[in-house]
Amino acid sequence: MTNTQPTNTEPTKTQPTVRSCPFDPPAEYRTLREQEPVAPMTFPDGAAGWLVTRYDDVRTVLSDARFSAKRGILRPGGPEGDVPAPPPPGLFIMMDAPEHTRFRRLLTGQFTVRRMRQLTPAVEKIVAEQLDAMAAAEGPVDLVQAFALPIPSLVICELLGVPYADREEFQRNSATIVRLNSSPEEFQQAQGAMRAFIHQLVLAKRENPTDDILSELVQSGELTDEELTGVGVLLLIAGHETTANMIALSTMCLLRNPEQLAALRADPSLMDGAVEELLRYLSIIQFGVRRTALEDVELHGHQIKEGSMVVASLSSGNRDTEHFADAPELLDVAREHTPHLAFGHGIHQCLGQQLARAEMKAALSALLERFPTLRLAVPVDEVPMRDDMLVYGVHELPVTW
Amino acid sequence: MKILIDEGKCVGAGTCVLAAADVFDQRDEDGIVVLLDADPPHTSLPQVRDAAARCPALAIEVVE
Ligand code: SF4
Repeated sequence: MTNTQPTNTEPTKTQPTVRSCPFDPPAEYRTLREQEPVAPMTFPDGAAGWLVTRYDDVRTVLSDARFSAKRGILRPGGPEGDVPAPPPPGLFIMMDAPEHTRFRRLLTGQFTVRRMRQLTPAVEKIVAEQLDAMAAAEGPVDLVQAFALPIPSLVICELLGVPYADREEFQRNSATIVRLNSSPEEFQQAQGAMRAFIHQLVLAKRENPTDDILSELVQSGELTDEELTGVGVLLLIAGHETTANMIALSTMCLLRNPEQLAALRADPSLMDGAVEELLRYLSIIQFGVRRTALEDVELHGHQIKEGSMVVASLSSGNRDTEHFADAPELLDVAREHTPHLAFGHGIHQCLGQQLARAEMKAALSALLERFPTLRLAVPVDEVPMRDDMLVYGVHELPVTW
Repeated sequence: MKILIDEGKCVGAGTCVLAAADVFDQRDEDGIVVLLDADPPHTSLPQVRDAAARCPALAIEVVE
């Protein structure tokens, strides 16, 4: 069977976006996986292309160099046209090898498994301080503002050398950047402000280098100021948006799965596996990862034409029964062997994944231990979900104990 | 079992270290994979296979 890219007619389907359960991807993904694993689709920004929903195909799309990352971000008002535009300086998630390799190599040494383990005591200290403040405040508190957001923000600020005192500004701009319905003007404005903020910092580090990643990059002399700014913006946004949402959404998810929570409390050694399972189950990069075919590629019997956009759904791949034979629609903190796609796949697989793991473990372990009676302070359907953001999660999570 | 690694492909994601810490490590300077044992005991085959399967950059080859 050979299908070709629809040319004169619009694809009839739009990417599924509506969830019936706050922890499950839209139900249509199951049908797509079963019936149309490579499906013609119209995306939220109006572009036409293909949606790939099976685990194996997602891995193929993300690791095959015939698919370019140059238009990697899905958003309304984004760049149009079939020819991938040159990525903004330093934005290496939108570059292909060997350009991408140059940036990645400068950074990988900072994020190794060993480095992140060495960082764990510092992360645990930050976690304990947030929990002290929370305990002193008496419930209910918003777990996002009190706990889930400060932890990764403090850590990435420390690592990068960004003053945490400026968090209000960068957190606001970063939220605008990852909000789906920001107008192009709002998006440009927030991105400009973020770049200006980091650019100032780059200049300051050039004058007065300190012990942080940005200073090291400045001193390496490998990157221009423009590139340094792009890298800094990227790490700052990625460093707090994603992990903050994983911490808050994981907490909500465990509170809504009391038997799983009880199992985890009864056996804290399950935490490493539980973190992998939560990453798989919740898959917060909710609309998937975009690639552009650099040549005609055949995938699952479909001819994907050069220039076509392909979106690989990480959340769908992570629920694929062909790959996770043991009830992937269920959260199972004791699940063994969870090679999930939550951090993506291929050369762009999340650079900060070991940091995210270290933060999630420290945060969730200490939270559960410190507040044995933690519970939601509002009915579950009143928790405002981040359906409108590139990174899924909760806007707020009122909890008490 | 023989393990072949392609340093040029490695993107330093560290998933191999999580999967088989006795066999893989990362260089401190640039996070690139280091093979601790190119011909590990047969008992570590499942972990090594797992590491190769998970490597996002297809940098690990296991010859059995
Ligand atoms: S998993 Fe692959 S890319 Fe990651 S460090 Fe190991 S060899 Fe390199």
